[in-house]
Amino acid sequence: MVNKIVSSSAAAVADVHDGATVMIGGFGTAGMPAELIDALIDQGARDLTIVNNNAGNGDTGLAALLKARRVRKIVCSFPRQTDSHVFDALYRAGEIELELVPQGNLAERIRAAGAGIGAFFSPTGYGTELAKGKETRVIDGRPYVLELPIYADFALIKALRGDRWGNLVYRKTARNFGPIMASAAKCTVAQVREVVNLGDLDPESVITPGIYVRRVVEIPAAARDVPVPGAAA
Amino acid sequence: MKRFTRDEMAARVARDIEDGAYVNLGIGLPTMVANHLPKDREVILHTENGLLGMGPAPAPGAEDSDLINAGKQPVTTLPGASFFHHADSFAMMRGGHLDCCVLGAFQVSAQGDLANWHTGAKDAIPAVGGAMDLAIGAKSVYVMMEHLTKQGESKIVAQCTYPVTGLRCVNRIYTDLAVIDVTPQGLVAIDIVPGLAFDELARLTGVPLANGLAAAPTPA
Repeated sequence: MVNKIVSSSAAAVADVHDGATVMIGGFGTAGMPAELIDALIDQGARDLTIVNNNAGNGDTGLAALLKARRVRKIVCSFPRQTDSHVFDALYRAGEIELELVPQGNLAERIRAAGAGIGAFFSPTGYGTELAKGKETRVIDGRPYVLELPIYADFALIKALRGDRWGNLVYRKTARNFGPIMASAAKCTVAQVREVVNLGDLDPESVITPGIYVRRVVEIPAAARDVPVPGAAA
Repeated sequence: MKRFTRDEMAARVARDIEDGAYVNLGIGLPTMVANHLPKDREVILHTENGLLGMGPAPAPGAEDSDLINAGKQPVTTLPGASFFHHADSFAMMRGGHLDCCVLGAFQVSAQGDLANWHTGAKDAIPAVGGAMDLAIGAKSVYVMMEHLTKQGESKIVAQCTYPVTGLRCVNRIYTDLAVIDVTPQGLVAIDIVPGLAFDELARLTGVPLANGLAAAPTPA
């Protein structure tokens, strides 16, 4: 019997090794698997390379992982935010490496890894600092930059519902990087608000087929998932 | 000197967005364009984090932390909206499916090069987000910015001195003084703030500018 349900966040991330490349889903905090990140902090793996759109917000989630000095390098598109003070301080002190990638190239490089594409030519970034040193080619009169896939050892993502085969559905714009990261990692761990019975997810509506998912852990909606009336964005 | 207000600039951009257009509005000033879209036009707003058919901000108390825009502010969905993952969202840009995007800028060159992601300052933390994808992807790239820096220098320049976001990608520039088209023959002013003479606009702009103004300036 296939059963990808694991009992706890701790069990779900127990084998993350030092030096691992870990993709973490989310756009800001929407879709960020905060409980899995907390478990990773407790687990203790260090010298990590993290792939995320941002570089942490406030002092929780990804920011807490950075603050615990577990991250050697971050690959992202938009580190600088009003509440990215943890990253900002590490970066200014030269204590974290940054690979800045245009957001669409970041997404497509992740997708390429999951799809078995060896490299692709993207028009994004041509002629800019972020394409320096990269191979370029003019195809049908348009210039492109060669971009390589981004593979990961682990992907930690958040979805709304999952079943024991690992099929997932997401919630609104919290989907963001989840489906592509799930396909690009050797071991994808999804935290879901609710585990449902096999067959309860409509096959027409499954967003991430279970083949991409190794582990599913149920984390019921936490207080921080509930929008606080009147809270600032 | 009289200038277009930010709302007048946003209304002027909105006037140029056609019924049925798929549009991405950048963070900051461009976001204001949504408030001025003519009610008789159906415009479908795209946000890079995976939503088409984005609606206005929710009522206080109705915010949903899973439903946000590129600026991470709470938004709503309109009937007909759809969600999709990041690679699809950027395929919509790169693949030329968006009719138009509106972006802020530090500088635009006379050839339409755009600089809007990084000041290049030594202590600045760089962040690019979706700016480079939007710049080269949308069918029409509109820039919204103040015409002059705080020091009074033109932000429309012969060559960008800030790091570029994309080359020859801007189609039209909306400033607080004028609307300027970027054409293969050079820059052409097509609208101007009432009370400003074309010659004065050309002097302030500092790069060659053709006069494409209608006989009488149109109201904002």
